[in-house]
Amino acid sequence: MSNRIDVKKTYKLYINGAFPRTESGRTYEVKSAKGAFVANPCLASRKDLRDAVVAARAAHAGWNKATAYNRGQILYRIAEMLEGRRAQFVDEIMQVTGVTKMKAEKEVTDSVDRLVWYAGWTDKIASLAGSTNPVAGPFYNFTIPESMGVVAAIAPETPSLLGFIDAVAPIITSGNTVVILASTKAPLSAMTFAEVLATSDLPHGVINILTGKKEEIAPWMASHMDIDALDISGLPAKLHAETKVAGAENLKRIHSFKSADPGRIIAFMEAKTVWHPIGL
Amino acid sequence: MSFEYAPAPESRAVVSIKPKYGHFIGGKFVAGSKHFPTVNPATEEVLSQIALAGKAEVDAAVKAARKAYTTTWSKMSGKERGKYLYRIARIMQERAREFAVLETLDNGKPIRESRDTDIPLAAAHFFYHAGWADKLEYAGLGTSPKPLGVAGQIIPWNFPLLMLAWKVAPALATGNTVVLKPAESTPLTALLFAEVCQQAELPAGVVNIVTGDGSTGALIVNHPGIDKIAFTGSTEVGKIIARAVAPTKKSVTLELGGKAANIVFDDAPIDETVEGIVNGIFFNQGHVCCAGSRLLLQENVAEEVLHKLKNRMEKIRVGDPMDKNTDVGAINSKEQLAKITELAAAGDAEGAERWSPACTLPAKGFWFAPTIFTGVTQAHRIAREEIFGPVLSVLTFRTPQEAIEKANNTPFGLSAGIWSEKGSRTLWASQQLRAGVIWANTFNKFDPTSPFGGYKESGWGREGGRHGLSAYLKGVSHE
Repeated sequence: MSNRIDVKKTYKLYINGAFPRTESGRTYEVKSAKGAFVANPCLASRKDLRDAVVAARAAHAGWNKATAYNRGQILYRIAEMLEGRRAQFVDEIMQVTGVTKMKAEKEVTDSVDRLVWYAGWTDKIASLAGSTNPVAGPFYNFTIPESMGVVAAIAPETPSLLGFIDAVAPIITSGNTVVILASTKAPLSAMTFAEVLATSDLPHGVINILTGKKEEIAPWMASHMDIDALDISGLPAKLHAETKVAGAENLKRIHSFKSADPGRIIAFMEAKTVWHPIGL
Repeated sequence: MSFEYAPAPESRAVVSIKPKYGHFIGGKFVAGSKHFPTVNPATEEVLSQIALAGKAEVDAAVKAARKAYTTTWSKMSGKERGKYLYRIARIMQERAREFAVLETLDNGKPIRESRDTDIPLAAAHFFYHAGWADKLEYAGLGTSPKPLGVAGQIIPWNFPLLMLAWKVAPALATGNTVVLKPAESTPLTALLFAEVCQQAELPAGVVNIVTGDGSTGALIVNHPGIDKIAFTGSTEVGKIIARAVAPTKKSVTLELGGKAANIVFDDAPIDETVEGIVNGIFFNQGHVCCAGSRLLLQENVAEEVLHKLKNRMEKIRVGDPMDKNTDVGAINSKEQLAKITELAAAGDAEGAERWSPACTLPAKGFWFAPTIFTGVTQAHRIAREEIFGPVLSVLTFRTPQEAIEKANNTPFGLSAGIWSEKGSRTLWASQQLRAGVIWANTFNKFDPTSPFGGYKESGWGREGGRHGLSAYLKGVSHE
């Protein structure tokens, strides 16, 4: 065996397609399941969140306007990129969470497959969640679901990769952009996933990723007036009520989910109904 | 030679108003303890004394609703539930004139509107939802949709019976039971609706109606025996409700305020557009959450549109709501009149230019002449705040992009209007507008099949259509 010293990675944030350090200069320590030092990821601040929201808002118009076919291809491209880096994700998941190799491999496999599943939803969800409405009059009337805007999300602690993908994928499928706080104890897969995103043709700012503490960032997400909706699936239940109270200031749509299904996509869409007269 | 309209009053003989009303709980009218008056806003005549529900009455209503839910309504097949809704729809049609007269007396809206819009649409909502009751598993809202339980429903005074129908019909069709509170100033048609429930032999407790003010509403919102809150009203109260239910398992739908942009492009059909502008802001005295209260005119047609709009406004007939020729009736309450007056004064103070047609307002009652403000900027209060009265703020724009930016520059997102003869521009604008209902070359159209509800601070959820059902069903994956 060689005595080579391996080159370790600095885990940073992912905002607007770039990998900045937190403006706060703060980090926290992530340890392996056995207690050994693994990394010093960023302890993101309120300012980092605000920067990420600015990026997400700026990216929304373009991503929302992209065709559903195009969004589907990009989601599929993300799956392709993830597939090619399976081994790295398996290693990181095992190292930090201590699960068996078989379990880690299943999580990565499920993550790739989930991305493929959502890729296929982009150009189908509007047919299911929309309608034409037979009003009693000479009007053409239809209801189209469309994206809400900027959605913030808190990823569950585990599974750190699959839980993260189950949060971001349904949000961006419909054309929303997202700011997500990764698993606090196991943020490595999310930050490595940012590298997958960076090579997936995903426009900058569509997915923005922070690492840090839920109890610190969630209240700022809830009270931010330029965030339209919030997925609190990864937030401890004891913090749900206060988050919803703070979110009421701009009537954020706040949801939490237990499983992956098309309802997760629809929950972050708005139904728009258009009337037009029919006549000569 | 001038043509005058002879008076054409609708007879009020068709209604008999009791001197005093109680609550409708468990299928029976029960006497109230405290009372407050409800007045005809066109004459200030006291129409009746209305019971003010406190904790005991709200508790009794929730208990009756829970009992009906557990023992009867949730066990009944959708097919049979639907038949009760059909019965209700039919009886409302049979008694439509009575409802229309009562609505106009209590609310102040023109009889033409209550007769031709409010009451027929309310009946249509029951008829539409009746048909859903046995087809819910086909609605695309889960394979085994289940009701939530007891719904607490709080409705406003601008469309009293219609808002009742929007709330009660979907709740009942999906198998929920309800405790409904009509608005403080317009309870009479809800109390007549209680009689309809009796005539339809609706099982006791499926619909309970308690009257009162905001304190009664708060008792409903905070009641631990209620599973769902449905509210239509101001954004301010909507936020209070959102905070109040945050720590609970209650699900919530909110239909709140609006400040809709009505955008006129330079290729619009001007005469139709002027009719649409008038309908958009003066329908129901402007007491409409989705009213087209911000008129955005493309600069090169602004002068022509304003000229024609003023001519058209000269012909609006303001006065006795019971007169079949009346276009604009009374402001619903003294409080609302004060609010409109204050905001219009802010328009003057901030430098906008006020114009109203010459019209004589009745000496008694609450009245406000149809009014437009020109020279309005986006910073003015009358361009930002919901006035909820017959007051139109006029702004201009040069490019379609500027129109969209101005239209979306509001925390509200309930509705918007587009006037243009160019299909691609209309569809482009309807894509860009952040609002739940877009009327293109029309305005203020409603239908039970058509989902209604807002983006952003205009609320949560939709009412009407397939989308409206989900507000009363479990089984969607999120909380």
